[in-house]
Amino acid sequence: MSDEQDVITGINAPVYLKYNFTAGRAPSRFLSQIKKGVLMGQRCPKCSAVYVPPRGSCALCGVATEEEVKLSDKATVESFTIVSIPIPGNPIEPPFIVANLVLDGSNISLIHLLSECVNEEVHIGQRVQGVWNPESEWGYSMDNIRYFKPIDEPDVPVDKIGKLPVTGWEG
Amino acid sequence: MSQPEILSQAFELGYTYTRSTGPVIGRFFTELKKRKIVGIKASDSRVVVPPMEYDPDTAEELSEFVEVGEQGEIVSFAWVKKPREAHPMQVPFAWAMIKLDGADVPMIHCVAAAAESDIATGARVRAVWADETVGFITDIRCFELV
Repeated sequence: MSDEQDVITGINAPVYLKYNFTAGRAPSRFLSQIKKGVLMGQRCPKCSAVYVPPRGSCALCGVATEEEVKLSDKATVESFTIVSIPIPGNPIEPPFIVANLVLDGSNISLIHLLSECVNEEVHIGQRVQGVWNPESEWGYSMDNIRYFKPIDEPDVPVDKIGKLPVTGWEG
Repeated sequence: MSQPEILSQAFELGYTYTRSTGPVIGRFFTELKKRKIVGIKASDSRVVVPPMEYDPDTAEELSEFVEVGEQGEIVSFAWVKKPREAHPMQVPFAWAMIKLDGADVPMIHCVAAAAESDIATGARVRAVWADETVGFITDIRCFELV
C-alpha cells in the first residue's frame, strides 16, 4: 500500500427490494376517489367503525366492509412526532411533523404531514384541515393533500377523538 | 358498488448501506484496485483468499499477506441459465469455486462461458479485469476459460 489515500476502508453495499404493488379492491376504490378529490372510507356492517384508507374488511369483526362513507378533509390530531433527523432520500427538510390524524366521520387515524404550524404548539386534540394540491395535479395518491394545517376550531377532548360525525366538531 | 379498476405500480425499497471493510478486506480491495489478488497465510501455512482477519482454527490475528495468481482452477461450479437483474452477467454464466494459483482455499466468482458444456471441474480460468478498477470485488469482472 504505497499511497495512503488509495487505501480502501469502506464500501457501498446497498440492498434494493423491487416490488410490484397491487392496491387491491378497496384501496383501489379509495385511490380512484381521491383522484377526484374525495376522501372515502368504508363502514363495518357489524361494529359501524369507519376505516380510511379502507382495506375491505374490519380487522376487529373479521367481516367484509362495503358501505362507502364520504369523509371530511378536516381532522383531529391523535398523536404526532417532530422529525429532526433527515431521512436519506426524503425531500422534506427537518424539522417537520408527522401526525396520526383522525378524519371527521372516521374512527381510525391515518398518517400525514402537518405544516403551516408552530411545531412547539402542536398538540393532541388540535383541529386541522387538508391543504390540497391544485386539481390539475391530482393523481391516485394521498399526496393530493400536501399536508394538514391547523384551523381555528376548539380542541377535541381526548375521549372524543375518533368519535366525531362527518359534520365535524362544534366544540 | 361498481367493480373498481385495480391499481398496480412498481415500488422500490432501498437500504443504502455503507460498510467498513476493516484492515484485511480493505487491503484485499486496495490490491484489487491495483489489479492484484492477495490472500493471507493461516497458522497452518494455508493461503486463504479472500484474506480473513482471524485464523479459522486458532482464532489468532492474521497479518501475512500473500499475492496469488490471477489464474486458477475450477473446484466446483453451478451454471446459471437465466441470470437475474442483480447478477454480474446478463447472459448465462457459472458461479464457480476457483482455487487461484498459490492459494489453498477456493474463492467464489463468476465464470463467463459460451455454454455449460464448456465448463468442467478442473478447468483453468483467468481473471478478466474491469476497464476501471475502484477497489471492489467487481474489479474482477469475471473469470474466463484459459
